[in-house]
Amino acid sequence: MFGNLVGVLFDGLAYGSLMFVISIGLSVTMGLMNFVNLAHGAFAMVGGYACVILMNRLGVPFLLTLPIAFVVSALVGMVLERTLYQRLYKASALDQVLFSIGLTFIAVAAASYAFGPSQQPVHLPQFLIGQVRVLGIDLGIYRLFLIAVVVAITLALGYLLERTRFGAQVRASVDNQQASAGMGINVNRVFAVTFALGSGLAGIGGALGIDVLGLDPTFPLKYMVYFLLVVAVGGAGSIKGSLVAAVILGVFDVAGKYYVPEIGAFIIYALMVLLLIPFPAGLYGRKA
Amino acid sequence: MADKTATLAPAPARTQAGAARPQLTGERWHPLEIVFWLLPLVVVPLFPGYLVLGSQILIVGLFALSLDLILGYAGIVSLGHAAFFGVGAYVAGLLAVHGWGEPISGLLIAAAAAALLGFVVSFIVVRGHELTQLMVTLGIGLMLFEAANKAAFITGGVDGLSGVTMWKLLGVFEFGLAGKVAYLYSLVVLFLLFLVLRRLVNSPFGLSLRGLREGPRRMPAIGASVLRLQVRVFTIGAAIAGVAGALLAQTTQFVGLEVLGFTRSAELLIMLVLGGTGRLYGALIGTAVFMLAQDYLAGINPVYWQFWIGLLLVAIVMFARGGILGGAATLLERFGSKPR
Repeated sequence: MFGNLVGVLFDGLAYGSLMFVISIGLSVTMGLMNFVNLAHGAFAMVGGYACVILMNRLGVPFLLTLPIAFVVSALVGMVLERTLYQRLYKASALDQVLFSIGLTFIAVAAASYAFGPSQQPVHLPQFLIGQVRVLGIDLGIYRLFLIAVVVAITLALGYLLERTRFGAQVRASVDNQQASAGMGINVNRVFAVTFALGSGLAGIGGALGIDVLGLDPTFPLKYMVYFLLVVAVGGAGSIKGSLVAAVILGVFDVAGKYYVPEIGAFIIYALMVLLLIPFPAGLYGRKA
Repeated sequence: MADKTATLAPAPARTQAGAARPQLTGERWHPLEIVFWLLPLVVVPLFPGYLVLGSQILIVGLFALSLDLILGYAGIVSLGHAAFFGVGAYVAGLLAVHGWGEPISGLLIAAAAAALLGFVVSFIVVRGHELTQLMVTLGIGLMLFEAANKAAFITGGVDGLSGVTMWKLLGVFEFGLAGKVAYLYSLVVLFLLFLVLRRLVNSPFGLSLRGLREGPRRMPAIGASVLRLQVRVFTIGAAIAGVAGALLAQTTQFVGLEVLGFTRSAELLIMLVLGGTGRLYGALIGTAVFMLAQDYLAGINPVYWQFWIGLLLVAIVMFARGGILGGAATLLERFGSKPR
């Protein structure tokens, strides 16, 4: 029973970390630009397909595909941000939702046209397969790897945002766009770079997640709600909030599916609604 | 409480008595409106093969009207409106399965159930800003979907609820395979509820809803209770969505799990925006155009259909806010003729 519990917690932690990497870009877009981007999962899907194609058709090793997935998704994100997204920063949430649902539909249709409707296989390298025994509990190596990657990414992000000039500009822009622009910060450029960064992280998450979440053209629709949940519960624009929310939701989701499979996904939706009643702006939201 | 309504009443009354604003639909019926309502009647003798699709359009049109009321008039964003549609459908379906197949009382009971849910939910929905509204409505929709999915012993789960047998409508008309009774039944219900809605949005209540949409912060200043207005309109919208769901269950004699699905909520939003929000007719025209196009294009290839609808959405948001009717109104204004 105890071993089970630790195993479930561990799986939930790994699942939550993955969700964190994918959702963090969405959280920043919502916090920084007030943009409700339902198409965020599409960027994760781009990363996933980049990884699969490099690996299966060109024989690139899995670990090497991850940075490439980042770059590809970031480029796609940057192009779309400059051409389409930036026109809608001032639009109403409804317009943004409609636009991004439209973009999601296009991405889903394009992916199934280009790669077919089936699940894509992923071949993990040998050293990431199997389990290790730690203190009498079997832990999946790939899950450990996931957590390690996410810890590394979180530390790097923390450093970037807290210790660099660019990070200071991002934080200033989130707090007050007008004052930042007045202080000589190029807010537009900060937006563009942040959007690309968020898309790239989603791309890495999509590539890392193929083994856990699967990859097929409906990916952006299937997990859209999950990413939104993380942001809504954590509070838009807060990295800490997203991390806490992703882990809470991940653990509850895995535990719920393990212990009470009869009600399945019901748990996290109920949890979200329950959390949003006392915290309408999310756990770490700035504005109530 | 009483003085609040008293102070609220004169303001809209003055607006109505003063120069009639062109964008407000008047009480008087425009000839075009009469032509519009004659169209669905012409379908019966001319296209008897399309009555099944026709009733679907009428039902979804009613559903779109309910969203137009809360989104187009009151400005409450909902991504989970299918929750109320689904509750209506399941209530009507379950009533018929368990031996009460009387259609009209079934509609009323379904409306009451959906209204009750809408009333309870509205208090959570209207608390937050747009994002929170989106998330809460989305979450509630998904919760109900999961609940119906897992409670297969009541709802039939993924297989759907079958064995819905309806009694004769008014004790006279039997729901046949040709779908003529179903079509006319849906049309009458749609028309009656449209009359109610048309009256509602032109009443002082409707004007205060528009006030809510345009400036929620100023509404308290003229003595209107924002919360009470929002709760009321959300409940009414939910009830009408419930009627639409019940109509679907009764006319198709089946309830599938997809009545609660996210796709239904999202597509509904698309239809409404396609036609134009806040105009009532926009909801109906958008639904008809969307569903006819879907019937034609999805028959060719469902994946392409999704691509085109995605592209259409992006185009509407980028270039044609206001949808078909919004665009038409702009054109009319440009050519100097008086819009409705």
